Amino acid sequence: MNLPFRVPASEPSAKGCVDQPILRERGQREVFCGLTGIVWLHRKIQNAFFLVVGSRTCAHLIQSAAGVMIFAEPRFATAIIDERDLAGLADIDDELDRVVNRLLDRRPDIEMLFLVGSCPSEVIKLDLKRAAQRLSKLHLPRVRVLNYSGSGIETTFTQGEDACLAALVADALPDTKPASLIVVGALSDVVEDQFNRIFAQMGVENVGFLPARHAGSMPAVGTETRYLLAQPFLNDTARALDELGAKHLPAPFPLGANGTTAWLKAAADYFGVSDERFALATEAGHKRAEKALAAHRETLTGKSIFFFPDSQLELPLARFLHEELGMQLVEVGTPYLHRQHLRQELERLPAGTVLSEGQDVDRQLDRCREAKPDLVVCGLGLANPLEAEGFSTKWSIELVFTPIQGYDQAGDLAGLFARPLNRQARLGGL
Amino acid sequence: MQLTLWTYEGPPHVGAMRIATAMKGLHYVLHAPQGDTYADLLFTMIERRNVRPPVTYTTFQARDLGGDTAELFKNACFEAYERFKPEAMIVGASCTAELIQDDPGGLAQALALPIPVVPLELPSYQKKENWGASETFYRIVRALCPANSNPSNRNPKSCNILGPTALGFRHRDDLNEIRRLLERMGVTVNVVAPFDARPSDIARLGDAAFNVILYPEIAENAGRWLEKNCAQPMTSIVPIGIGATRDFIAEVGRLSGIDTAEILAEETSRLPWYSKSVDSTYLTGKRVFIFGDATHVLAAERMARTEFGFDVVGIGTYSREYARQVREAAARLGIEALITDDYLDVEARIAELHPELILGTQMERHIAKRLGLPCAVISAPVHVQDFPARYSPQMGFEGANIIFDTWVHPLMMGLEEHLIHMFRDDAEFHDGASSHLSHATKKAPMPDPVAELHPVAAVPLEAGWAPEAEKELKKIPFFVRGKAKRNTERYAHDLGLAMITIETLYDAKAHFSR
Repeated sequence: MNLPFRVPASEPSAKGCVDQPILRERGQREVFCGLTGIVWLHRKIQNAFFLVVGSRTCAHLIQSAAGVMIFAEPRFATAIIDERDLAGLADIDDELDRVVNRLLDRRPDIEMLFLVGSCPSEVIKLDLKRAAQRLSKLHLPRVRVLNYSGSGIETTFTQGEDACLAALVADALPDTKPASLIVVGALSDVVEDQFNRIFAQMGVENVGFLPARHAGSMPAVGTETRYLLAQPFLNDTARALDELGAKHLPAPFPLGANGTTAWLKAAADYFGVSDERFALATEAGHKRAEKALAAHRETLTGKSIFFFPDSQLELPLARFLHEELGMQLVEVGTPYLHRQHLRQELERLPAGTVLSEGQDVDRQLDRCREAKPDLVVCGLGLANPLEAEGFSTKWSIELVFTPIQGYDQAGDLAGLFARPLNRQARLGGL
Repeated sequence: MQLTLWTYEGPPHVGAMRIATAMKGLHYVLHAPQGDTYADLLFTMIERRNVRPPVTYTTFQARDLGGDTAELFKNACFEAYERFKPEAMIVGASCTAELIQDDPGGLAQALALPIPVVPLELPSYQKKENWGASETFYRIVRALCPANSNPSNRNPKSCNILGPTALGFRHRDDLNEIRRLLERMGVTVNVVAPFDARPSDIARLGDAAFNVILYPEIAENAGRWLEKNCAQPMTSIVPIGIGATRDFIAEVGRLSGIDTAEILAEETSRLPWYSKSVDSTYLTGKRVFIFGDATHVLAAERMARTEFGFDVVGIGTYSREYARQVREAAARLGIEALITDDYLDVEARIAELHPELILGTQMERHIAKRLGLPCAVISAPVHVQDFPARYSPQMGFEGANIIFDTWVHPLMMGLEEHLIHMFRDDAEFHDGASSHLSHATKKAPMPDPVAELHPVAAVPLEAGWAPEAEKELKKIPFFVRGKAKRNTERYAHDLGLAMITIETLYDAKAHFSR
């Protein structure tokens, strides 16, 4: 099982992919819009409701995405704009008030309501910010009403979470505590609890998570706030935090044993945790993670992988798969590449890796077919057609819904990539 | 503005995609923002299609809105033509592109591609998926099939089969079943469309003597155009159920001049005998609620009454285009039809009627689960379970077999019900008895999707239970106790009783076992 494993030579000494040219494409993008984030955000914030102001397409998208992925209780809904609204026959404010009243009457448990903008609401320039302020006045203190846009014209898939968290930051209370740490980006509760225990062992106090599990307990933000990004797609949220005087602690993302240790180390260094105490808090977890990863090396080492753009997790995932499991990176596609947040990931990627930003799906499929990778990471629209062509695929969306961060999920994360290859081997006779 | 939790139908451009994906050699260029490509997964995941739908999206973003989205559309259109070399193209807009008014039809015409390009106008803020599918199919037929009013050189025993699409509820198997039935009758199938049809096949629709319309929601408009312009009569009966299949055979006989006596004599379905066999006695008068698309609801209504012996206590559809037909069926039953696409209305009606069986869609399955009622799925919206690996048509004689099993399964079997009564005092039938099974499967209760929305129970509990009545209730086998409890409380509520006694319990039993 425990194959001898050598960390590839492209470690931090080299500059990796930092200065590498990027293939930028602007054709058909086979990606979800930001509304999809509602599927996991509504599970995370347990007393929040997400009301999309949009079209039947929006309602159908969320339903299809939720239906295929999980069956969640609907703490989300769509206020479908109809022709009366467009023709100005109905007063949009009145209509929205009516829908929100109907909703809140039925749901006494809701304490936070997000009005979520969509492509149609953006194009007709519906001012949801003003609507949210008006509705907040009507419904406070029971319900706080915020707004953000999950529209496809402005957000790609996980950017919906970014927009939602940025709205929460804008609404955050000022922090007066001397120093605090916020972990930014939705994590599953189990991962959050693990990180909380590690921070406690390191002696880092006042740790908050954004988003919190309840609308009423979002962390406060002040000039002494330092934040770690747990997800790589939080551009606007980071900017909103910076504007309030909070400071980013740059780090790689907490994927895999190395990634998690480096991520925790960034916080430890800032809060002055001694090397000894850091080691005490992290060594056991790091070892467990390495042991769990070793079990997947036989399947994954030396195998080639091709990423279609999806969640912006692609670069950190590629770094993890290359650095800790020895996979060969054929092409790493991402919808957007935020160079600053991803700097440490870029440094750790092997020089020469093909990085692509944006998409022209047909051309990318041509490149993929040409390269014949052992494993393709792609969205749900492409997976079965590629399987039918003989490729092994991993649906990228599962990487957003599964707990994958931290030491104790490193093995599960490797398992997500190993499973399609195992399956292919098992079904070889079919 | 309408508050929508779940929707029965997608937007109209998804209907157009169902036509494009069903066909071969046709490509759909859709002016749509980034994100609308989600629709691909309906076909690749739910239906498990092994190729991408033949759709190119412009996937414009905010930065394109300031620039030239029309140019973006033209490029996408031209590149799609170059790459896929289709025989024909359909072009249109999704909801957002409709607002920016780029006129995809005009832009595509301006490219002067050497193939037919059919523009689609699908008003997203008024219409829905089935309408979009119907309109798209009609536009394609109109554009590609030459009007031909000279029926003299046609084989009178030839037909087209119109209606089956991609992502249709059992369309693949219905088509097989009906094609085989027609061929056994001696009818030649000229073209099937849109399923597997090429644009060049649409051009020869006029060669057949008549059209078989499998799904009026999709194909009736095209059928009417063909009736008028190609002098082709069309079938009016959808062959779901024994009675409807027999009528369909007779109708095809009339249209083709074929004697149907022989084919009717060799009818193969087990439904008639299974329904007549004594084990099915318990089905008599079961109170059913039916909801779905109009075609399947109307068929289910007839089957429920005449082939299962049920009482239809409620009927409704989300197909507004066919509201009239469903209202007429309801009127014949002396009830009011529920014409709505609001899931909450359907739920409220079911809670009010408290049927013994729901024949509905995947959404009514959730309602049924919450209310603790049996449910069988008869109609779209589709779910991955509606594309089973085995052959399972709804139409024709084999379809009737499948429907018999599907509807009866959720109900307790007759003999089983009888035995429960016989042995209800035995120790094995009491609370702890099932523990060896339920322990293994018991999970933490999932938050109920609909219960969350209804803090108020379906039937408000007003009457209290007298201790003796509660004791008596516990003697009822656990697996029917919930129903007995609900019925009794409902009965007490209806009569305005404050206290439920043993008498109330048995009065309610007598009342509900009419």
